[in-house]
Amino acid sequence: MFMSREPSHSVVAKPLLEVDRVTLQYVTPERIVTATRRVSFDLQAQDRFVLLGPSGCGKSTLLKSIGGFIAPTEGEIRLAGERVREPGADRMFVFQEFDQLLPWLSVVDNVVFPMRATKRFPRAEWRDRARAAVEKVGLGRFADVFPHTLSGGMKQRVAIARALAMEPKVLLMDEPFAALDALTRRRMQRELLELWDDIRFSLVFVTHSIQEAIVLASRIVVMTPHPGRIVAEFDATRFGHDQAGGSEFEAFSERINRLLFAGEEIAHG
Amino acid sequence: MAEPEIFSPARPGEPAPRPDILRPAIDDLAPDVVVERGLIVRLAETTWLRRVAVVVVLGVIWEVYARQLANPLMFPSLTETLEAFVAGLRSGALVSAVSGSLRILLVGYGVAVVLSTLITALAIGTRIGTDVLSTLTSMFNPLPAIAILPLAMLWFGLGVGSVVFVIVHSVLWAVSLNTLTGFQSVSATQRMVGRNYGLKGFAFVRAILIPAAFPAILSGLKIGWAFSWRTLIAAELVFGVSGGAAGLGWYIFQNRNALETPNVFAGLLTVIVIGLLVEGVVFRAIESATIRRWGMQA
Ligand SMILES: Nc1ncnc2c1ncn2[C@@H]1O[C@H](COP(=O)(O)OP(=O)(O)OP(=O)(O)O)[C@@H](O)[C@H]1O
Ligand SMILES: [Mg+2]
Repeated sequence: MFMSREPSHSVVAKPLLEVDRVTLQYVTPERIVTATRRVSFDLQAQDRFVLLGPSGCGKSTLLKSIGGFIAPTEGEIRLAGERVREPGADRMFVFQEFDQLLPWLSVVDNVVFPMRATKRFPRAEWRDRARAAVEKVGLGRFADVFPHTLSGGMKQRVAIARALAMEPKVLLMDEPFAALDALTRRRMQRELLELWDDIRFSLVFVTHSIQEAIVLASRIVVMTPHPGRIVAEFDATRFGHDQAGGSEFEAFSERINRLLFAGEEIAHG
Repeated sequence: MAEPEIFSPARPGEPAPRPDILRPAIDDLAPDVVVERGLIVRLAETTWLRRVAVVVVLGVIWEVYARQLANPLMFPSLTETLEAFVAGLRSGALVSAVSGSLRILLVGYGVAVVLSTLITALAIGTRIGTDVLSTLTSMFNPLPAIAILPLAMLWFGLGVGSVVFVIVHSVLWAVSLNTLTGFQSVSATQRMVGRNYGLKGFAFVRAILIPAAFPAILSGLKIGWAFSWRTLIAAELVFGVSGGAAGLGWYIFQNRNALETPNVFAGLLTVIVIGLLVEGVVFRAIESATIRRWGMQA
């Protein structure tokens, strides 16, 4: 009961994803912006890894780099021992924006789309797998509608279904619930955890909500900005929604809060 | 009087406190309110009906004005024009003019659209390609097709080739400009979605860029269609017979020379009617099967 959602692997296993002293920069005509500076962490299979930090600390940039969209200026990212060089469907991305669903495809066709593009699974299985995935996120009745008729939360669920249906090595989620209202957000967090209980995927999840991080994570990476750096890595397997509000939960949350804002207090005297 | 005193307002100047209200949901079973809308209101909400009404009103104004003028040589009335139109259809002169024009038009338009698809798909892949295409469209789009007709006649002779050439010129740049702008404004998220699944090159253009930019592409195709009509009629007026079959422009030109003004009007009316049909039937059908259905346009 206490140790809910503990990952079933042993801690010494070879990491699935290695982020190894990665520096990420944006080169603009005026200047060079360092988004992250020599960040490292290891993700084990079936981890729910949460990147937590204030706005501008380079979480999205780091996630995009894992996704293969941005090449590191220094260091490297390895997936199952292989260096990440370009985007690929072994790392399925769920974006923050609602327009990530392709408006010209119905909900099922959106889920089929990556299978068709990558020729993953035999063709005959595509539809069934897609329907099962849509069913799993509770949208079976909406399988054949077009995305513009869905609410924001429903769109995010379709995006999650689309990503999960590909059975990726890692699922990358960039603040997927940030634009949702508090109630829907809580429900989506629950659903994500239930899906994890079911399928045991590996997850890298970006958020700037401490509460969300603690509830979802098996492991939390705390980042600070200017330049983005990792200041701590915590185990969070002992917390779920049921622990929220408890004294231990609050103490943990307070500890992270102090870490996040320590830099600022110094900066502002 | 005493009760509200229990809460002391959190901030001064707060409105006087009011009691809480709980409303048990008992009237859920009451039927929904149905608003009865009159026939007139419903008719007024039918788009095509409103458009037809506009056309009818314009027709009446025309008829009344022309009758007052009573000078069919300068300005024939709607009925005279319609009579000339029917006579033209009966005799087959108008029909063969329309089919002659349409054939050339479709060839020119088709060639231009295919070319435009190819060059924009090629151009969008690289930065230099995009630069080349942007420069070309800004150079050639403002250049009136009619201005290069003399050159075209020098190169392709007095035949269909020249007319097709100027039509391609007038359509190609307009369609390419819209398509390229459409491609460039596809959201970063949708691009990343495509790349996430390993799509590259033409597969990326076909599966992501073209559908995502479809509203812009379609408006380019509409503009191109209008340009091609104008160019064709103008070219025929200047240039007369377009290989074997005479077209609508030639029909108008000849009838003006013969002072058959109602026939001139009938020719112009035909151009307008075909334009309205293509816009109202063909393009509307494409729109409702695509971008309206996808919610990409209201
Ligand atoms: N396209 C870009 N060009 C230049 N600089 C950029 C670009 N995108 C991000 N940056 C800079 O990189 C830094 C990190 O940005 P990033 O988007 O990764 O932050 P984040 O942690 O995801 O913030 P948020 O929580 O607000 O999404 C910021 O300082 C930002 O100004
Ligand atoms: Mg971000």
